Amino acid sequence: MSVRVVTRPILYAILIAFSLFFLMPVYLMFITSLKPLDQITLSQMWELPRAIDFTSYKEAFNKLAPNFVNSIYLVIPATIISALLGSLNGYVLSKWKFKGADWIFTAVLFGMFIPYQSILIPLIQFLREIGLYNSIPGLVLVHVVYGIPITTLMFRNFYASVPTEMIESAQIDGAGFFTIFRYIMFPLSIIGFVVVGIWQFTNIWNEFLFAVTITTSQQQPIMVALQNLSGSQIVQWNVQMAGAILAALPTLLVYIFLGKFFVRGLLAGSVKG
Amino acid sequence: MEPVKTSSSLERESNPLTIKETKRKRPLLTDGVKAILCLLPSIILIAIFVYGFIGWTGYVSLSNWNSLVPDFSFAGLKNYAYLFNDFRFQADLRNTLFFTLFFIIAVLTSGLVLAILLDQKIRAESLFRNIFFFPMALSFVVTGVVWQWLLNPSTGVNLFLKKLGMAPKWYTSVTIIPGIEWGKIEFGVPVAIIAVVIAAMWQMTGFSVAMYLAGLRGIPDELREAARIDGASEFQIFMKIIFPLLMPITVSVIIIMAHISLKIFDLIYAMTGPGANFVTDVPGVYMFETTFRGNYYANGAAITIIMLLSVAIFIVPYLISSRKGGA
Repeated sequence: MSVRVVTRPILYAILIAFSLFFLMPVYLMFITSLKPLDQITLSQMWELPRAIDFTSYKEAFNKLAPNFVNSIYLVIPATIISALLGSLNGYVLSKWKFKGADWIFTAVLFGMFIPYQSILIPLIQFLREIGLYNSIPGLVLVHVVYGIPITTLMFRNFYASVPTEMIESAQIDGAGFFTIFRYIMFPLSIIGFVVVGIWQFTNIWNEFLFAVTITTSQQQPIMVALQNLSGSQIVQWNVQMAGAILAALPTLLVYIFLGKFFVRGLLAGSVKG
Repeated sequence: MEPVKTSSSLERESNPLTIKETKRKRPLLTDGVKAILCLLPSIILIAIFVYGFIGWTGYVSLSNWNSLVPDFSFAGLKNYAYLFNDFRFQADLRNTLFFTLFFIIAVLTSGLVLAILLDQKIRAESLFRNIFFFPMALSFVVTGVVWQWLLNPSTGVNLFLKKLGMAPKWYTSVTIIPGIEWGKIEFGVPVAIIAVVIAAMWQMTGFSVAMYLAGLRGIPDELREAARIDGASEFQIFMKIIFPLLMPITVSVIIIMAHISLKIFDLIYAMTGPGANFVTDVPGVYMFETTFRGNYYANGAAITIIMLLSVAIFIVPYLISSRKGGA
């Protein structure tokens, strides 16, 4: 039992009021996306659609599908590579600490807090040099590199809970650095991979700054395309809301089915390393 | 801590398989060296892509590169001097200050209140939790697109508020309260920024709820029981015991939120853009437009260096103190 500050009815009233605030945009998105354009009038804005109509989804899908595919090509390799890199780094920084390892770790961690604007100009010059500017592989590279701090942090904290005695006894049995990783740490880190994978998937899918500066039209991921949709001449709100729902669907589904792990990642990313 | 590397001869005798293993392998590299080699690519990448690129941006910010053609001739602090005299950048500093302040206060208080309420052994706790958490799975772009419509003065929530006789202008307001002359701008709270704070709070409150809830669940019940036996009221227990114990979490939330709001770009770009008289403009948006739409690379670089310094003021002490505290 914790602090009892208010009576039950007031408590539920506050929670329900906040819930309405949180759900209001979702309600509006759904009802608007299901209306045909002639029902998008101010007087009917908050009303349920008279009949369910999927034309706005069809239109949003036609406009966003290529970018949706771009995002998939981006997010899958970037998530897998950065998770693998993070797990190796986390393994070294938790079980093979060398002199100065903690300082290196802190210096790496700083990389996840910087405003990415402050590396953007050289980054774009660099990507042009190596011919990856305006390409999905270029974005994959960017997300892998700037994903190193957070994935390393998460795996380092995760591996800290693996008892060192396990590593020591494996060494006595003759197992080396990679054998221990392959046969002891890796099998133990399935949950770690799920947490980090979900985290990276969500962040990369939702990311906008790199996407809008590194890619143009054909190569753009979904969030840039969604933003362009809202910037177009005639604002068709039903199409825009349908587009927002399509763009949000993958991460929302991940949250619905794996929310527990998502929240774990959230906490892992902020608590002290 | 380095694990023990030597294996005793006793172990070898008792385990014939490992003898073969160790005899066959005459490793050139010890495990400690392998570990460092394994980490090396990441260290090099971070050294170049984070520190090297920041250094390069710093150099660009001191150059004359303000057109499509790179010009790396040294300009001194010219670009910085220009910014601090610039109406738009002064407005950005004001907007960032109040946005950061209100955003942190909103996220902290709503997060703490909701976490305490959720911790009262209530019904449907996980349902409420999910309602508060799900916006975090969304992109700031999605949030911006939806709230742009909700807080548009002629649509959205104003359709209800008009019935109550209210019609706030939300992000289209150009009012600054109190609007004292300061440099080239009016200093004060830009009313339009409140609309952006509401949208940002909608997205990020779940984070502080999750943090505080984890903190509250970590406080042993015995502490509260002991205080109750000593005759403390529930309010006293909260103020004297619970709140101080939650302090590290409050600090973490403040720092995470501060660094998000100091570098914010996508939410504002998608929701309002710079706004009339730059009432909702922030350095992130200014940098994007001046660099990638106007080709003022050196000016853009100077903006990002100022952004980086403002974030570093919060982050560097935080990282150093958690290094000492943890590990």
